[in-house]
Amino acid sequence: MATADVEKKAEITKKEEKPVAEKITVGHVHMSGCTGCLVSLADNYDGLLTILDKYADLVYGLTLADVRHIPKMDVALVEGSVCIQDKISVEEIRETREKAAVVVAVGGCACYGNITRFSRGGQPNQPQHESFLPVGDLIKVDVYIPGCAPCPQLIRNVCVMAYLLLKGNQEQQELAKKYLTPLMQLADRGTEACGCDLMIDVVNQGLCMGCGSCAAACPVRAITHEYGKPNVNREMCIKCGACYAQCPRSFFNFDVITEFEGISELINGALQ
Amino acid sequence: MKMGTELGKYKACVSARSTNKEILKRSQDGGIVTQLFAYALEEGIIDGAIVAGPGDEPYRPRPFIATTVDELMSARGTRYNISPNVSWIKEATRSYGLDKVGIVGTPCQMQAVRKGQLYPFGWRDVDDKIALAIGIFCMENFPYQSIKQLVEDHAGVSMQSVKKMDIGKGKFWVYTERGATVQLPLKVTHKYEQPGCHVCLDYVANLADVSTGSVGSPDGWSTVFVRTKNGDDIWGKAIAAGCFETKPIDQVKPGLELVSKLANEKINKNQKTVEGRATFGVDKALRNPYIKP
Repeated sequence: MATADVEKKAEITKKEEKPVAEKITVGHVHMSGCTGCLVSLADNYDGLLTILDKYADLVYGLTLADVRHIPKMDVALVEGSVCIQDKISVEEIRETREKAAVVVAVGGCACYGNITRFSRGGQPNQPQHESFLPVGDLIKVDVYIPGCAPCPQLIRNVCVMAYLLLKGNQEQQELAKKYLTPLMQLADRGTEACGCDLMIDVVNQGLCMGCGSCAAACPVRAITHEYGKPNVNREMCIKCGACYAQCPRSFFNFDVITEFEGISELINGALQ
Repeated sequence: MKMGTELGKYKACVSARSTNKEILKRSQDGGIVTQLFAYALEEGIIDGAIVAGPGDEPYRPRPFIATTVDELMSARGTRYNISPNVSWIKEATRSYGLDKVGIVGTPCQMQAVRKGQLYPFGWRDVDDKIALAIGIFCMENFPYQSIKQLVEDHAGVSMQSVKKMDIGKGKFWVYTERGATVQLPLKVTHKYEQPGCHVCLDYVANLADVSTGSVGSPDGWSTVFVRTKNGDDIWGKAIAAGCFETKPIDQVKPGLELVSKLANEKINKNQKTVEGRATFGVDKALRNPYIKP
């Protein structure tokens, strides 16, 4: 009896069909990171399953897909910075650029180095692994998702928008392009981030209005507000880039954000 | 780049005031924010609201999370300086465990909230928990030290003895607990404004669920814009529950025309500031957040 049940189950599994033909292919490329970004993606729970059902095939991912070499794919979600003393990492990130149409740096380490900026090596069992670079220092990166970890909802939004960009109708493509533009501009802006950005590019530029977004975005509570302006504890800052990206005075794209009601509905609808 | 029309999108606009006398005793105008949050709290539409409550010094606001009507009452009235309400938006859902968050803020803070919903870099699990965002009309804001300087140096009143501050009818008003009134022409106040306000292109909190302010309505009343589906739903229920007296906006003085005029004035002035930043130095520009980060 038991054997028959197992066989029956196996048969049922085999019969499952892909509900949507036109999916994009996505890979998760793991460089030197803590897997927190991947966990953040997974923290979309049902939303992740819907994304994998309807919009994206996961074609590569150390822990999730049984594929040894980086395949051709539409979107590579890269987590972690690159250890330049680790030959395989360097090879893989170069290969990622060759194989992926769109490279997304997911999380502070991939975008800016984040906590790995503080590495000086000396850790067993590879003490010589001391230099970690943001992905953008080695290859061209198309889209940035800063933060440590970046929120599940932002990774989800980018996945949905990437799908609309590659497979949507003209109107959807335009929306996706508009939505992704600031994240592409962040990628162009450079590979250095710090709480200091709030001072240099917001307060020093006469743009801060003391809303508090930065403090709410900081994963290590390094930001407080004194008399309405951010005060960054630079000893605590891990250089993830969340505060500056979250600031409405780093970027504010009226053409997207004023449509928040419709876009939120669209994203929620896409995940039903 | 402008945000469409100067008054933003809205489904309805009325002049309104709370029907609760206790709220009106210390409210800035029609008590709209306190009343709407109080109703939403009691009905379970929100679990708490981020408001600007009393801080360490007189008239220095401190953002805090009100989870009772009593706590809301302590935050009545406008303080005319910066309260980083948005800084609590994640904590409200984390440390306070709120699933349905209310937040009140200036137009820029509503922009911050909506950006954070669409681009939540560091605001984990926040986007679907913002249950009611109330925006307040805002021409500009002041640092605390500016307000102190205006009240103590220009108006000659100690901060402790201030009962109410108001900006209206072209003047900055200071009312004392003893009943004295001091007025300053707005011209005096301009140089003390927060610089970051000068690139703001929103006067009436276009991105709020419901936005409100004194301009356009008679004394003691507030102009209310109902903007989103969510705002419309909550406002409709609050009206049905008898929370507000309302008058059609076209039947009050000075009416929408003044709101429009001031909105255009702010937007046009600040648009010029934004453009001026492009040629601020010699072949060197100041940053424009509306173009790129």
